[in-house]
Amino acid sequence: MKKLSLLLVTLLIIISTITSLAFNGCAPAEVEEETTPAEVEEETTPAEEVEVEQFITIHWAQWAPADYLEKVSEGFTAETGIKVIVEQTPWETFVQKYNTEMIAHSDAWDIIVGDSQDIGNMAVNGHYVDLTDWIIEHEVDKTFTPASLTYFAEYPKGAGKYYAVPCEGDALAWAYRKDLFEDPANMAAFEDEYGYELGIPTSWDMLKDIAEFFHDPDNDLYGVAIYGDNGYDSLAMFAEQCIWAFGGELGDYSTYEVDGLLNSEGAIAGIQYYHDLFKFVPPGFGSAFYLETNDGFVSGIAPMSCNYLAFFPGLANKETNPYADDTGYFACPPQVGPDGVERQFAALGGQGASIVTYSKKQDLAYQWLEWFVKSETQMEWAKLGGYTCHAETLESDEFINATPYNPTFKESMEIFKDWWACPEYDELLRTFSETIAGYVVGDQGTAEEAANKCVEQWESIFEAAGYYD
Amino acid sequence: MFRRSEKNKKGSSQIHYHGMRDTTLVRLFILPTIILLIFVNIFPLLWSLFLSFSDYSAKMVDEWGKNPVMVGGKNYSNILSNPDIWIRFFTTAKYVILSVGGEMILGFGLALLLQLDFKGKGLLTTLLILPMTMSPVIVGLMWRLFYNPNWGMFNFLLGLGRIDWISDPARNLYSIVIVDIWMWTPFVLLLSIAGLSAIPKYLYEAAEIDRASWWFKFTRITLPMVYPLLLVALIFRTMEAFKIFDLPMGITGRGAMAPPLLAMYLYNISFVTWKTSLGSSLGYIMLIIIIAITNIFIKYLNRAKQ
Repeated sequence: MKKLSLLLVTLLIIISTITSLAFNGCAPAEVEEETTPAEVEEETTPAEEVEVEQFITIHWAQWAPADYLEKVSEGFTAETGIKVIVEQTPWETFVQKYNTEMIAHSDAWDIIVGDSQDIGNMAVNGHYVDLTDWIIEHEVDKTFTPASLTYFAEYPKGAGKYYAVPCEGDALAWAYRKDLFEDPANMAAFEDEYGYELGIPTSWDMLKDIAEFFHDPDNDLYGVAIYGDNGYDSLAMFAEQCIWAFGGELGDYSTYEVDGLLNSEGAIAGIQYYHDLFKFVPPGFGSAFYLETNDGFVSGIAPMSCNYLAFFPGLANKETNPYADDTGYFACPPQVGPDGVERQFAALGGQGASIVTYSKKQDLAYQWLEWFVKSETQMEWAKLGGYTCHAETLESDEFINATPYNPTFKESMEIFKDWWACPEYDELLRTFSETIAGYVVGDQGTAEEAANKCVEQWESIFEAAGYYD
Repeated sequence: MFRRSEKNKKGSSQIHYHGMRDTTLVRLFILPTIILLIFVNIFPLLWSLFLSFSDYSAKMVDEWGKNPVMVGGKNYSNILSNPDIWIRFFTTAKYVILSVGGEMILGFGLALLLQLDFKGKGLLTTLLILPMTMSPVIVGLMWRLFYNPNWGMFNFLLGLGRIDWISDPARNLYSIVIVDIWMWTPFVLLLSIAGLSAIPKYLYEAAEIDRASWWFKFTRITLPMVYPLLLVALIFRTMEAFKIFDLPMGITGRGAMAPPLLAMYLYNISFVTWKTSLGSSLGYIMLIIIIAITNIFIKYLNRAKQ
């Protein structure tokens, strides 16, 4: 019996170790295993090994675009002999990790593909190299879309000082089940109930009507799969696009004024809308982020889902989405606000590539950037699945037709807007998420109370930071 | 190379190595550990104590007089006057009582059952201990999948329908308690088995001769003999449960709907909003509470030993 127990223990330990390893790698399905420097070395031929001695390390979040970046950078290695290692960190701790490294003035990475909203913190604290002259010299300001340069690279906004090159453009957009939307019975029933035709939402109001129409928990179908609060920026990103669409603002990014903007009639209407739409999410979506929204859609329990476009490859893949052939995509719809004005906005995602101040290989990093901003590289980047912000590539038919969601990406690139980028953005995120989640997810208080509480908290943050002096 | 020295004035002998006394040699061997401890433990402890009396954010540029700037006990008074912190203290206390209480009852109960002789006892003991051997982060992520209200196994196996165990504030504290109990009951079980095995058999034999009842034997022999080890389990589990972080991080994440536990709050203020000095103050408050609770238990432990 003792021998049997010992054997079983050994087996179970092996199984649990394998399970643990499997869990470590269970991020998005399309993410491949991280490639270590040693593996990169193995992939090169002996002839190349003689030449390839130099390398740069890029730090990014753990997701498919990071794999695409490593793949596309093979072209750079072929041209220059400089290896490119893309080190990936799971999204949950991505920002914390690179902030910690920068605080320690670490030279572990030569380039960081950092979150757009963190650019102020990185620029003010001197962690990123000022790329203004380089960007003008290489005409990045002319070849990349102006909005992408503003949100991914510039700080302070409008000051003409750049600290990054737009790398991965991204925005929140929608996927929907065409088979359900185009089903004659559904179409007739919807028209009977709401008095207009069922189709791709042309307003946020229509989107809510559709969510309400399909919401049928008794038959395991819920109206919509959208973000709750996961502790980072998920809830804030969805909330901000509702606020903007209804005519509100997060504040004045140059004067730091928030009173009258974040608690304006439009902003309150946007927050109220999020709360009302959240009634139609599947159970457990109070902490939903990209994985849960994609899972909700591919498991067939939600006819619509909102997610960052970078996560859409999983929806277009038949292996991960049984409804891939019946999946359509659309950008965030416009909305007429309480003031009667129609607006259309999408929350910006994506990141810019910045050179780390403490890097000992800045010359190589500059070489990589120079290669990356070339038109042909941007086309290659787009073909692999990277979301380019290069204007010419974005306009090309080759890009538009590359995937079923690229037209939605192009449209979203024209309507995106970003969160605060000042160094205090994380405090603003945390207080906003906690307050708005209390109302939207927790159903506590009213939209107006939540908006006013945010104003109060944000004013005290800006006051403490000295912006009102 | 060692040579025994001549007797010193007091008559004691010393072993010398290259002219060094053995006490010098001992000190030399200990020195690296002491230096390591000072750098890894003592210095951070003192530095964070200093920071707790300042206004400092690690993510901002260091500039003496600005970042950090001394603010006295302001951080402590801000934390303790914040009504939210008391909700977090209360929730953490509730979590500690429920999880540790559950573990103690189940762990000791199972250990008593395992005192019986039956076929497959060794195998069952091994299986019961397994959850403790897993990584808490993996356990958290695994249970997040089990708890998923839409496709998770937990609701399905219990036939509970689509109950939200993850983001519903009315339930998610209990969902973490369940996992904590599942994972750490084996720890109490192990210590209890060790304690029960150490009880001399003749005590029970004497009680049998006196026709003592089961309850009498349990309250007068079993419990008093196992009590010191149960206290050790209680001390360890209370300390761990009070600063629980990995399980809630894996199961509920750190969002607004997550249970308001102290360690999660400490993480959010220290590493999400980078209020380093405020985080240091809260860290010290937690440290003082843990030391106080542990000391109370140790007092009882010493009494039990006597």
